[in-house]
Amino acid sequence: MFKRKNLLGIQELHREEICSILDTAESFKEVLTRPIKKVPTLRGKTVINLFHEPSTRTRTSFEIAGKRLSADTINISPSTSSLTKGESLKDMAKTLEAMNPDIIVIRHSMPGAPHLLAQEAKFSVINAGDGAHEHPTQALLDLLTIREHRGKIEGLQVAIVGDILHSRVARSDIFALLKMGADVRLIGPPTLIPPFIERLGVTVEHRLDRGIEGCDVIILLRIQLERQNKLYFPSIREYSRLYGLTLAKLARAREDVLIMHPGPINRGVEIDPQVADAPFSLILDQVTNGLAVRMALLYLILGGGDES
Amino acid sequence: MKTLIQGGRMIDPANGIDGLFDLLIEEGKIKKVGRNIPATDGDRVIDAQGKLVIPGLVDMHVHLREPGREDKETIATGCRAAVAGGVTSLACMPNTTPVNDNKSVTEFILHRAREIDLVNVYPVGAISKGLRGEELSEMAELRDAGVCAYSDDGRPVMNALLMRRALEYAGLFGLPLISHCEDLSLSGDGVVNEGYISMITGLKGVPAAAEVIMVARDILLAGMIKSPVHIAHVSTAISVALIRRAKSEGTPVSAEAAPHHFSLTEEIVQDFDTNTKVNPPLRTQSDREALIEGLRDGTIDVIASDHAPHTLAEKEQEYDRAPFGMVGLETMLAVSLTNLYHTGKLDLATLVARLTYHPARILKIPGGTLSVGAPADVCIVDPEKNYTVDSTQLYSKGKNTPFHGQNLTGAPVMTLRAGKVVFPQ
Repeated sequence: MFKRKNLLGIQELHREEICSILDTAESFKEVLTRPIKKVPTLRGKTVINLFHEPSTRTRTSFEIAGKRLSADTINISPSTSSLTKGESLKDMAKTLEAMNPDIIVIRHSMPGAPHLLAQEAKFSVINAGDGAHEHPTQALLDLLTIREHRGKIEGLQVAIVGDILHSRVARSDIFALLKMGADVRLIGPPTLIPPFIERLGVTVEHRLDRGIEGCDVIILLRIQLERQNKLYFPSIREYSRLYGLTLAKLARAREDVLIMHPGPINRGVEIDPQVADAPFSLILDQVTNGLAVRMALLYLILGGGDES
Repeated sequence: MKTLIQGGRMIDPANGIDGLFDLLIEEGKIKKVGRNIPATDGDRVIDAQGKLVIPGLVDMHVHLREPGREDKETIATGCRAAVAGGVTSLACMPNTTPVNDNKSVTEFILHRAREIDLVNVYPVGAISKGLRGEELSEMAELRDAGVCAYSDDGRPVMNALLMRRALEYAGLFGLPLISHCEDLSLSGDGVVNEGYISMITGLKGVPAAAEVIMVARDILLAGMIKSPVHIAHVSTAISVALIRRAKSEGTPVSAEAAPHHFSLTEEIVQDFDTNTKVNPPLRTQSDREALIEGLRDGTIDVIASDHAPHTLAEKEQEYDRAPFGMVGLETMLAVSLTNLYHTGKLDLATLVARLTYHPARILKIPGGTLSVGAPADVCIVDPEKNYTVDSTQLYSKGKNTPFHGQNLTGAPVMTLRAGKVVFPQ
């Protein structure tokens, strides 16, 4: 059972906690199919989305998740935030705390920002992505998506392709998949694979064709176009040639391979449009499951389970 | 009035002394060292039984922040912190505002230090004007004003030609160059050691090579020019190995290690506590062990605190945003005794030499010994005193210590400077 006050990362979670979040999320999926997709569970609760980085899907997903559960949901974005006036995160936390929110969902460009926010706070904190550290709800929705389509996670071969170094999705996915018993391979150029990552129990492969051989699931990561200027690779063109996933390259994976991507995708860069739009691409299922996972977390963290 | 320190175990590495000796102080100088010196009427007698009597510590790497950042530390608060840590002489780095690259700043620091009159303060002058790494500061003027060494500490001298010229030119004055070794193109915007912990946390890493490359460069230049270079805050095993080899080949290089680097590892960064953020970053267990071995075999001459106070507000930020640095003046001796002496890694004579005589010798300043005729800068230490570090109790304005809450064994109980008790006050 998941009984934590905060969700800061996958790293500290136990397998049982992950399973209980996934099970709860599955039951919320049913709510999302009803004609009236709103339940009164979190009426009177307040959820603040504090997003210090631009985000469409995660912020919207948390907002809708809160609203479906009847919580009051408030969005604070970078341009409207007092952080642009030089207020520190710590002071902002105190200010928000004075308004008695129940949960603050934070997205921040710097690792550890959610941990700073959670220090001595009365409200709960959900990490919606902190720099290159963690993005736990993404990992949970990825697990849910895989479990839905394969019935299990244990024993599956999962490849994560792209910029592992800068990716919070990669870190959370790796922690989550390993805890659930999957085999994880990382694929990318040596410049974008952090040293020491094998110590986590993953394998590293620099060639895409070899890496995806026999894979059940391939998770592609968005390549940030500005990395080219920081010497990580010579050009987008070359990156795409080596690591962009096309139908032709996919021939080496299992026939029933599943393709996932946290979005937003760069069509024609890390993913060929034919792959992105293929029936075995689960990119939009991930988005739907994201909503269910976030509803489950808001519900579990706010102790909704105790009242019913 | 004379002062007699009786019954302590005196350790004076400069003179090869380690035994039960009394110490007689007169007119601010050490008058006599001997067994069972009788007290005469009117003498102040300090009972040092069960204690160590050692030279006042010489901390050759301190940031006093004044002028310019008196919110972080002042010369007065820094000096009070120093004597509480048993430090009677310190060298303060030039990265103040304005930078200590001219005699008015040097004179200001010396003037304030004389007014406060607790510690012998030796300013370090800048290698380059404004620490910009572009042109040499006026080293002769700085020497005349009273600097003890040159350094751009806080920033590396990235330009190898400028470093070469600085070594050549500083040779004219016989003052050492203290080098902050960091290749900025490799360290980039890194905030922690590049390794397992940077991988886990997503914090940007600074590879060991960022330091090692510059250590190698400075060793090569010092050997070529035959002018001394002192490597500040050595943090990696490979740097230790390079310095060891250079010394065996006769290169004029010396080196220091900071207590946090030989006591802590990168593991503690995982909780995002910004008090663990320091430059160079906390490294790995094998680096830590190599530093200790370097301190044992003499590759590393000196223990220096790299005392770097910051305000609470500056440290209560995101890890990436918080400034680098830890306070260290008040914990240097206790941390060293705990992690080097009580663990059996270093004997007391070696440990004391690294904290006193060696830095004084490198900077060519008085102090660091208990020789007859030397200034009576003395630290009396209870080597078995157990205490828990409480950052709120520090004399320094900076409370940014990673040792908060840690149990340490061994602490200074009294500090005398020029024969006068300056701690406890």
